[in-house]
Amino acid sequence: MGKIEDLEVINGEGYQLTTLDKAIGLARANSVWPLPFATSCCGIEFMATMGSAYDLSRFGMERLSFSPRQADLLIVAGTISKKLGPVLKQVYEQMSEPKWVLSVGACASSGGIFDTYSVLQGIDRIIPVDVYVPGCPPRPEQIIDGVMNIHKLVKHESSRRRYSEEYQHLLSNYGIETKETDDAK
Amino acid sequence: MLNNEAILNRINENYGSEVVSSEENFGILILEIKSEKIHEIISWLNRDEILACSFLTLLGGVHYPDDKGRELAVVYHLHSWTNNFRLRLKVFLHAENPSIRSIVDIYNGANWMERETYDFFGINFEGHPDLRRILNMDSMDYFPMRKEHVLEDATREDKDDRFFGR
Repeated sequence: MGKIEDLEVINGEGYQLTTLDKAIGLARANSVWPLPFATSCCGIEFMATMGSAYDLSRFGMERLSFSPRQADLLIVAGTISKKLGPVLKQVYEQMSEPKWVLSVGACASSGGIFDTYSVLQGIDRIIPVDVYVPGCPPRPEQIIDGVMNIHKLVKHESSRRRYSEEYQHLLSNYGIETKETDDAK
Repeated sequence: MLNNEAILNRINENYGSEVVSSEENFGILILEIKSEKIHEIISWLNRDEILACSFLTLLGGVHYPDDKGRELAVVYHLHSWTNNFRLRLKVFLHAENPSIRSIVDIYNGANWMERETYDFFGINFEGHPDLRRILNMDSMDYFPMRKEHVLEDATREDKDDRFFGR
C-alpha cells in the first residue's frame, strides 16, 4: 500500500485505518473546485497558473467552477471596488459549505496601492479570508503556494468545524447568516 | 475646410454677445460661454449647416477651488465630422448649488457623461432624464472629485502614514 501524505494511519495486514475526518479531508483537498473572481492583473497571473506551464490540474483543480454553488474555493484576484463589494459578498454567500477563500495579491488583501475613496481596503472587510497571497501581482509560484496552504487547511479541518460556535461567530461578525442544517443539531 | 478664425467669426456673428472669451490651444478653439446660454449655443452648433458639430466627444467637470464665484467648470468637446474640426466650450458655475441645463435632448451620448459629472462634482443637470450616480456607490454622501475631500480612503486602518510618504 502506498504512503498517504500527511495522514496518520495504522497499517496492518491487508488493512489501513484512519479517521473519517482525515479521509474526507484528503478527498476534499485533492478535488477542490475553485471559483476565480478575477478583476485585474492578478487574474492574468492566475490564468498563467491555470495554463500548461504551471498547471493547476496537478492538484486536482483543473475544473474551474464558474458557478459559486458548485465551488469550494473562492479565489479573489484583483482590485475590488466598494461598489463591487456587495457582489463579491453575494457570490460568497451563494457558495455551499464547506468553503474557503484565497485572497490573491496586494489589492484583494489590503487595497494595495489604491488607497482611495472608491476601493475596498481588503476583502476581509466583507468576507472571511483563509489564506493571503502577497505580491503585486504575485507570480504563479506564489499563487500555487497559497493553494498548497489552502490544501493544508482542507486536509486537517475537522468536518464539524463549520458547525462550531467560533465559525458561526466569525460569519455573524461579517453579517452573514448561517442556516442550521439537520445534521448540525 | 474651416480654420479656427472662420469658426470663431461664424459663432460671433450669431452669438457674439454670449461668448465671454476665446483662445486657441493645441490647434483647438476654446470658448467660454455664459452658462444660461450653453444649451442654445450647442443646439445651434449641432444644427448649423456650416459648422455642423454633430458629435459630442466629451463632457466633463473641473473644480477650481480658488476661483471664487466660478469654482466649477463644465467642459464640452464637440467634433464636426463634416468639416473635421474640434471645438471646446467651457462654462463656469458657482460652487453653491451649481446647476446647468442638460444637453441630453441634443446628444443622447451626454446622458452617462452628465451622470458621471454629477457623480463626481455634484453639478445638477436640469432636465436630465435620470440624474443619479453612475460609477460610485449609491450610498456615497459626497462628491469625491471636489478638492475639499481627501483622495485617501477614510476607513483604512492598516496603513501607516509613515510608510506611505505622508
